[in-house]
Amino acid sequence: MPIDANEVGQIAHLARLSLSEPASQAYARNLSEILDFVEQLGAVDTEGVEPLAHPLEMTQRLRPDEPTESDERERFQAIAPATEDGHYLVPRVIE
Amino acid sequence: MHDHTIAGLAAALERGECSSVELTRAALERIGQAADLNAFITVTPESALAEAEAADAARARGEAGPLTGIPIAHKDIFCTDGVRTSCGSRMLENFVPPYDAFVVEQLRAAGAVSVGKTNMDEFAMGSSNETSYFGAVKNPWDRQAVPGGSSGGSAAAVAAGLVPAATGTDTGGSIRQPAALTGISGLKPTYGRVSRYGIVAFASSLDQAGPMASSAEDLAILLEGMAGFDRRDSTCVDRPVPDYRAQMVGTDLRGLRVGLPREFIEAEGVDAEVSSGIDAAAQALRDAGAEVREISLPNAGMAVPVYYVIAPAEASSNLSRFDGVRYGHRCDAPADLEDLYKRSRGEGFGEEVKRRIMVGTYALSAGYYDAYYHKAQQVRRLVQQDFARAFESVDVIAGPTAPSTAFPLGEKADDPVQMYLSDIFTIAVNLAGLPALSVPAGFGGGRPIGLQLIGNHFDEGRLLGAAHGYQQVTDWHRQRPVVEE
Amino acid sequence: MQFEAVIGLELHAQLATRTKIFSGAPTAYGAEANRQASAIDLGMPGMLPVLNEQAVHYAIRLGLALDAEVAGRSVFARKNYFYPDLPKGYQISQYELPVVGTGHLEIELDDGTRKRIGVTRAHLEEDAGKSLHEGFARMTGIDLNRAGTPLLEIVSEPELRSAREAVAYMKKMHSLVRYLRICDGNMQEGSFRCDANVSVRPVGETRFGTRAELKNLNSFRFVERAINFEIERQIELIEEGGEVIQETRLFDPDRGETRSMRGKEQAHDYRYFPDPDLLPLEITPALINAVRDELPELPDAKSERFQRDYGLSAYDAGVLTGSRELADYFEAVVAAAGDAKLSANWVMGELSGALNKAGLEITQSPIDAATLAGLLLRIRDETISGKIAKEVFEAIWDGEGDADAVINARGLRQVTDNTAIEAMVEEAIAANPEQLEQYRAGKTKLMGFFVGQVMKASGGKANPQQVNEILKRRLDG
Repeated sequence: MPIDANEVGQIAHLARLSLSEPASQAYARNLSEILDFVEQLGAVDTEGVEPLAHPLEMTQRLRPDEPTESDERERFQAIAPATEDGHYLVPRVIE
Repeated sequence: MHDHTIAGLAAALERGECSSVELTRAALERIGQAADLNAFITVTPESALAEAEAADAARARGEAGPLTGIPIAHKDIFCTDGVRTSCGSRMLENFVPPYDAFVVEQLRAAGAVSVGKTNMDEFAMGSSNETSYFGAVKNPWDRQAVPGGSSGGSAAAVAAGLVPAATGTDTGGSIRQPAALTGISGLKPTYGRVSRYGIVAFASSLDQAGPMASSAEDLAILLEGMAGFDRRDSTCVDRPVPDYRAQMVGTDLRGLRVGLPREFIEAEGVDAEVSSGIDAAAQALRDAGAEVREISLPNAGMAVPVYYVIAPAEASSNLSRFDGVRYGHRCDAPADLEDLYKRSRGEGFGEEVKRRIMVGTYALSAGYYDAYYHKAQQVRRLVQQDFARAFESVDVIAGPTAPSTAFPLGEKADDPVQMYLSDIFTIAVNLAGLPALSVPAGFGGGRPIGLQLIGNHFDEGRLLGAAHGYQQVTDWHRQRPVVEE
Repeated sequence: MQFEAVIGLELHAQLATRTKIFSGAPTAYGAEANRQASAIDLGMPGMLPVLNEQAVHYAIRLGLALDAEVAGRSVFARKNYFYPDLPKGYQISQYELPVVGTGHLEIELDDGTRKRIGVTRAHLEEDAGKSLHEGFARMTGIDLNRAGTPLLEIVSEPELRSAREAVAYMKKMHSLVRYLRICDGNMQEGSFRCDANVSVRPVGETRFGTRAELKNLNSFRFVERAINFEIERQIELIEEGGEVIQETRLFDPDRGETRSMRGKEQAHDYRYFPDPDLLPLEITPALINAVRDELPELPDAKSERFQRDYGLSAYDAGVLTGSRELADYFEAVVAAAGDAKLSANWVMGELSGALNKAGLEITQSPIDAATLAGLLLRIRDETISGKIAKEVFEAIWDGEGDADAVINARGLRQVTDNTAIEAMVEEAIAANPEQLEQYRAGKTKLMGFFVGQVMKASGGKANPQQVNEILKRRLDG
């Protein structure tokens, strides 16, 4: 299935990726090839086959409701690009 | 000294012929000499020597285990407390985690000495180690060739004898394919055998950490050190870690039922020298008493397309957390929130990562989910069922690890689909969650060939036993590249 | 043209667990920014979610209380979108296979009839953090303490037909989650939140109209006002020939109106898929039974029992079972005081009035159940009259001790001694010969005047019934 540069733009927006114009053209070509390649799956008969999300036939292990984490704000925020008064900063969001 | 295995070095340490500090110094020195390989992103001499001293002290107190004092390296995907963990990406160029991965904790607790972090394809997305932000890694056997990927730095470091062992991760072949291309042994354990805690996630239902070393025996020693129950990963199984070395030694090639999948042998695009290498390996197994028979994995050919839907889909979501807000790369002077996201991610991620994020985003998006993701999950079950049927009649499945030997740097860098096909034999194993390993099985044009052995779920002991048996009757794993001094 | 409204509610109940749904960080409200955000809550690389079993037990409780199917196997999915209060870039939620399937809740309408409202599903998910727009120069501050707090999203069928019905449903669910002790119900702190899907259609039409999703409805009053506004807006729009568009609208309590969230991306593509970090959640019949065994008596059953066992009206039983704490308080009073009607009147009357005035919850009442029962016992044994009891109640409320202490200290014991009352009656008759004359001449309503004189003389303490009897005998005799 061919993807054009316009569609690449929409996908890149969904994925929040900035792409240059020439890069979009190249990605359009690559993505089309990759999608062509994976489209051979369409030929497999999967009538009635249950999808497999996970290789283990296991169920989820739960944890008791007990606190195990302590406050490490200073350590965590030491590696943050921008903080103030214990908050992470982003450009002003208008709601 | 640097040709020694873990088993050999441990014995030398035990006999007092050398100390861990000496081994660590020597490793650091070799890493410096082999800088042109670009196998390491970060080297940590100070902490390495401190750990080595502690290991020597532990040995003096009589508290040494099989890994005590052995220098190792970690793929730069494992988070290391206080040591930069880049994942081969500009996004995490300056990321210093405040915690250790489970594997790092376990191996440290076992006394292993970490000398640094190895190079890798960015976010483990690649089969040649060329997508690393920190530059390509060279193959020690041929510096014009790739070492494979994504654990290319670990593979090159072990192959060149810089360290006796290293950790890797394998999502679609990222331990086994570089092991094959660099002539070392590498094991991807059963999904759930080793905790994923602290490993930067690529595709969560496929990722699994494992060891890379010079022999099956070393893999057994390392796996025992890495495995274990971890409550912090709910997909990590709570079952005892067996004595893999004992299980390995207790496995006899005589009577071992080995299946050769017709689809692997007859696959298109396999180098003739790889085919003949695998034929010879099959013959060696037969000669040692194994019952080698042909089997069929009818859906194996669909594994790569299945993978290139599922892995990018999971990755597109896993990599959303890299947004320039709490850690990692943040663009300069963002105009608004959208600009912050788009430029931070656009600048922080490389081409291949962006490509896969977009493929995954597309495959999950409204209107395409059923045709791509849902369909791929259905075929994934068919692939797994093929293996389940095969293991009703064989103990181990054998075949090539990769369709070719190490290819020249740059050859496939601009052709994603061709690059993806270098994992044609390894990917099905991840889809099914099985354990598999690659061991050296000869050379083609002076470059190593890898034999892949695949086992049933949690049957690592027997799998390692088969590989060990093979290494008892061959000496490919003892071959070393000429190290340019 | 006559229109009817079609309303469905999505209620979000924060579960009252000690720790977060996928991490061991505490959930307490009001901590300093980001002090309760662990590496998992922050979405740090390599961190993995591990589900809190208590959150699952709480979901099962609600499922059982709604008479819903609790799924033996449910699946967590990722809802993908970028927002600064969503650290991983996706919310772990449930999509195709929620933990609780279809159930129902009965509400009482204004005319006293009951209506069964279908519950489509309830699913577990993680809460997001908070964005602070004030206090940072040209920036927004992000606090991720709330990120990862367990939520149960309860989705109703579009079966509510008015704002009043919607509020009745929401109040009933609010009471239920507090009964079950799975949510503290604190709406100011955001523990119980509501989004409403509202559409209108001509009466008789069976298809649904285009709906608007209303957000920021953080009180019962706001829900009612916002829905009423929205219904009017949509009807007006249609009558003017316009068309309702599907969108999210924010309620502005200051202006009492809803407005479109322009500027925000409207068409989301959340790219749901099963979370590969979390295997399917299995809930065994044994676990369901264990949770069922611990289930408290539910409001409807309790209300029926109150009517049956205590002879209360449906209305009184409904009020007294409005919260588990109030019902428990009432039952403790009845148990000690032994008169259900008297107890009900006092709990719903004096006590509730005083609590309301003081802005207190029943659990914060300065008068405990035993003390109130002590007061009622003094009414029952005629130590004091009902009127004096109100004075005693106020004194107890003000901390002057229990009923007996107040009665003794203030000398409020009722006079029931016939001789003493007769003396006071004689005195009143002797002091008012004119009125006696008129009474005996046929102006019998002067009886009240004489009662008043006697009560006044006794300082209100004479037993009114005895006063009446003795007076009547003497005046008529």
